Amino acid sequence: MGVEGIGASVVRKEDRRFITGKGRYVDDIKLVGMTHAHFIRSPHAHAKIKSIDTSEAMKMPGVVGVLTGQQIVDDKIGNLICGWAITSKDGTGMKMGAWPAMAPETVRFVGQAVAVVIAETKNQARDAAEAVVVNYEELPAVPDIRAAIAPGAPQLHPEAPGNVIYDWTIGDEGATDAAFKSAANVVSLDITNNRLVPNAMEPRAAIAEYNEPEEHFTLYTTSQNPHVARLVLSAFYNIAQEHKLRVVAPDVGGGFGSKIFIYPEEMVALWASKKVGRPVKWTGDRTEAFLTDAHGRDHLTKAEMALDKDNKITGLRVKTYANLGGYMSLFSSSVPTYLYATLLSGQYNIPNIFAEVISVYTNTVPVDAYRGAGRPEASFVVERLMETAARQLKVDPAELRKKNFITQFPHQTPVIMAYDIGDFHASLDAAMKAIDYAGFPARKAKASSEGKLRGIGVSCYIEACGIAPSKAVGSLGAGVGLWESAEVRVNPVGTIEILTGSHSHGQGHETTFCQLIAERLGVPISQVQIVHGDTDKVQFGMGTYGSRSAAVGLTAILKAMEKVEAKAKKIAAHQLEASENDIVIENGEFKVAGTDKSLALPMVALAAYTAHNLPDGMEPGLKEGAFYDPTNFTFPAGAYICEMEVDAGTGRSTFVNFVAADDFGRLINPMIVEGQVHGGLAQGIGQALLEGVVYDASGQLVTASFMDYTMPRADDLPSFKLSHTTTLCPGNPLGVKGCGEAGAIGASAAVINAITDAIGNNKLEMPATPDRVWHAIHG
Amino acid sequence: MSTVKLTVNGKAVSAEVEDRTLLVHLLRDHLNLTGTHVGCDTSQCGACVVHIDGRAVKSCTVLAGQAAGSNVTTIEGIAKGDELHPMQAAFRDNHGLQCGYCTPGMIMSAIDIVHRHSGGQLDEATVRHELEGNICRCTGYHNIVKAVLDAAGRMKVAQAAE
Repeated sequence: MGVEGIGASVVRKEDRRFITGKGRYVDDIKLVGMTHAHFIRSPHAHAKIKSIDTSEAMKMPGVVGVLTGQQIVDDKIGNLICGWAITSKDGTGMKMGAWPAMAPETVRFVGQAVAVVIAETKNQARDAAEAVVVNYEELPAVPDIRAAIAPGAPQLHPEAPGNVIYDWTIGDEGATDAAFKSAANVVSLDITNNRLVPNAMEPRAAIAEYNEPEEHFTLYTTSQNPHVARLVLSAFYNIAQEHKLRVVAPDVGGGFGSKIFIYPEEMVALWASKKVGRPVKWTGDRTEAFLTDAHGRDHLTKAEMALDKDNKITGLRVKTYANLGGYMSLFSSSVPTYLYATLLSGQYNIPNIFAEVISVYTNTVPVDAYRGAGRPEASFVVERLMETAARQLKVDPAELRKKNFITQFPHQTPVIMAYDIGDFHASLDAAMKAIDYAGFPARKAKASSEGKLRGIGVSCYIEACGIAPSKAVGSLGAGVGLWESAEVRVNPVGTIEILTGSHSHGQGHETTFCQLIAERLGVPISQVQIVHGDTDKVQFGMGTYGSRSAAVGLTAILKAMEKVEAKAKKIAAHQLEASENDIVIENGEFKVAGTDKSLALPMVALAAYTAHNLPDGMEPGLKEGAFYDPTNFTFPAGAYICEMEVDAGTGRSTFVNFVAADDFGRLINPMIVEGQVHGGLAQGIGQALLEGVVYDASGQLVTASFMDYTMPRADDLPSFKLSHTTTLCPGNPLGVKGCGEAGAIGASAAVINAITDAIGNNKLEMPATPDRVWHAIHG
Repeated sequence: MSTVKLTVNGKAVSAEVEDRTLLVHLLRDHLNLTGTHVGCDTSQCGACVVHIDGRAVKSCTVLAGQAAGSNVTTIEGIAKGDELHPMQAAFRDNHGLQCGYCTPGMIMSAIDIVHRHSGGQLDEATVRHELEGNICRCTGYHNIVKAVLDAAGRMKVAQAAE
C-alpha cells in the first residue's frame, strides 16, 4: 500500500486540534449546574482523626455540601482495592489494609483526603475548606523502607504485622546458592531505585453527573482505561451498577501509568454528585498531583552475580525491598514482582536466578506502575551489575555483555519468561558503531588532557510488553484478563470507524490505527475514524499501559478487519458474479483477479446496507468485532550507550552523546515510534540525573511542586541519536513488539554507568546530582 | 468583582470577575478559550503562556485586572483562518507534540523566542535554553527543538513574503 500504510511516517491526524487549542480535556468541560469540589487533605503522615467540624464551612458563601470520610463509610462505599493477589513464600496471601476513599479514622500519608467541600465555584470551595476544622492526634510515622521494617516500628495496618505486605520469591534458591558456591568470581552491589512522580502535564480531573430519574452516572475522567474504571467502580466500590455508569476519558494530557488507577477523587465525585444532586467537578492542582498521584519505583536492592572462570554468568541472586506507600494501589503488587523479577535475566543467558521481594507499607503516597513499571528497576539492577562485573574483572563492558548474550530463541529464562525472538548482538553493535565506541579511549584521553572526566556507559535492556495471555496472568494472581477488543464498522458510504478498547493519551493511535486500515484496504486515513475512550461507544477494553496498544489493541483491530474483509469479499464476489477466492483488495477496490472487473469499497458497503442483492442467507451490514488474547508477551530490546563529561570542580555532568538502538519489531509509524523513545529516554535520564522524591523524617513531602522536584527541561537533555534493528515478533500477525516504555527502561543505567566510569567511583545513587557526583569524586 | 475590558485575539471583550481572578482563568472560564492550560501552581511549567501586547507571558502569574486594556493573543488566535501559523505547522510536521497538553504554551513561547531572535540565526543551544520555562513530559524536547528551528526558517520566509 501507498504513502499512509504500515511503515510510513504519517503526520498525526490528531495534531490539528492540539496545535490550535481545540483539544478537549476534562477540565475544559462544563456541565449545566456544575459544582466544584475541593478536598481537605491530611497535613500529617500518620494521625488519628479525633473530630471534623464542618459547621462554619457549611455557612460559607456558595457551599452546597461538606462531606466527610465517615459519611462515605456510612454509605457503604467500598474501600479501594489492589487487583493482583500475591502469595508469600510461606503460602499466605498478601496483607492488605483497608483504604477508604476518604479517611474516617486514620490517615497514613500527607495529602490523604479526609473531607470534601462542594461549592458553586472552585474558589468558594477553597475558601470554605479553610473553615473546616480537623482535629488530629499525630502518630509516629515511618516514611521509608528502613524505618518501616525496623524492630518496634509503628504499625500502619493491623493486617500487616511488621508492615510487610508480602515476602515473595521466584526462581530456584538451592541451585542459585550452589552456583555462587562454585563461582570463580562474585560481584555484589547495593542499589537504591529512587522514587519518582509521573507528572503528566495535565493534572488529574473528574466530573461526575448523576441523573436521578435514570439512576445513571456519567464520569468524565483523566483515565488510561475507562472500561476498567467502570468495572472496578461498579464491581468493587458499590458506587453504581456497571450498566448505569458511563465513563468517558476524552483527550488526556499524558499518563505514564499514573492514570491507570482508580483514585479516591473519582469515587468521591461520583458519590457526591448523587448526594448533592448536581454535577461535581474536581480538578487537581500540581501539588495535589505530587501528594496523591501514585508514585513510581522506590526499591532497595542487594544484588549479586556469580561468574565462572571464563566470565560466563552462572547465577544471579537478588533481594529487593519495595515501598508500596500507605495503601495498596490498584496494580501495585504486580509491579515489584511479576513485572520486575521476571525480567532479571536481562539479555543474558543466566542458568540460575533467585529473587526475593519484600513489599512494605510506609507513610508515603501509594506507589504503583510508572512508565516501564518494574522493568526499569530490573534493567537497572542487571545493567549496573554487568558494568560492575566488567570493572571488577577488568574486561570491556560491551565484550562481557556479548559473551553472555542469549543467542538461541525461543529462550526460557529461570524466571518464567520465554523470550520469543531477539538479536542482541545486532542492537549493541549498532549502538557501538553509532557512538564510535572504539574511538572512546582516545576521546577520554583528550578530555583528560583538558582536565575533564569522560565516561562511557552501556545499557542493554529487555522488556516484556503486552502482558498476556489472560490464562497465564490469571494463574499468577491478576484480577483481570489482558486481552483487547475492537470493532470495525464500514458505513454505507464506505467510511470506516474503528472502535477500540485501547486509549490514546499522546501515543498517536488516531493515526497509527488508521494506518493499518490504509494498508489493508488501500483507502486514505482521512476515510477512517478511531472511536475510543467512552464506555457508551466501545463495548469493552482494557486500556493503554505496558506498551500494549499495538501488539494487543491493533491486533484486535486486525482480527476484526479480517472478518470484515471476508464478508466484503463475499458481497463483492456475489455482485461481480465471480468466485470469492478470486477477489483481491487493492486501492480501495475489490477486484476480480486477472480481469478488469472491480467494485469500489463504497459500493460494497452500500450493498451490505441496502441488502437488495446479497448472497442468500447473508445478514445485512458490514461491521465485525473481535477480542484478541495474545499467546505470549512481546519482548522489545535494545542497547543504549551514553558518553558523558563530568566537571570535577562542580560535579556537573553533561552529555557528549546519547545513542539508542532499539528492536521493536515492525514499526507502524517510525516518526511516532521515535517520539515515544525520545520521551522515554527523557524520563529515564530524568530519573538518573534530576528526579527524586524526598520525604523528611516526619513523612512530610519536601518535593511537592515543580519548584522542589526537578523535572527535565530542554536544556538538561541532549539530542538523541536513534536507530532500529528488527526481528519480527512471531507472537502476533503484525510482528510488532511495543515501544512506549523502552527509553525509560534502558536510559538510567547507561547514564549512571557513564558517570561512574568517568569519575572512577562505582558508588553513586540516583539522581546523580552535581552535589552527589562531587562528593563521589572528592570523598 | 470588577469589570475587565481587554482585547483577546483581536476582539474587544469584557468580563465581570473577582479581583483575585488570574488571566488564565478569565480566558478559560469566562471566555471559553480552553486552549490555554494550567499545568502547575507555581508558574514553572508554561502550559499557560499567552502573548500580552506581543510578549510571551505566563497567564497564571497575571491577574485578569492587570491585563485590562492590553492585547492578549492565545493559541486560538494565531492561525489565519484555516492557515496554520508557521510554528503550529512546524510542531505538527516535526512531531513536536504527543499528548498536546503543554503544546499551546510551548507554541506561544516558541513564537516569542523566534521573534526575539529575528535578527540573527537561532541555534539549538539557544532554543533549548530559552525553552526552560516550558515543561513537556512526552517528547523529550528533541522534536520540539527541531520544530522551533524549522519554524524560525518558515517565519523568516513568511515575513520576507509580506
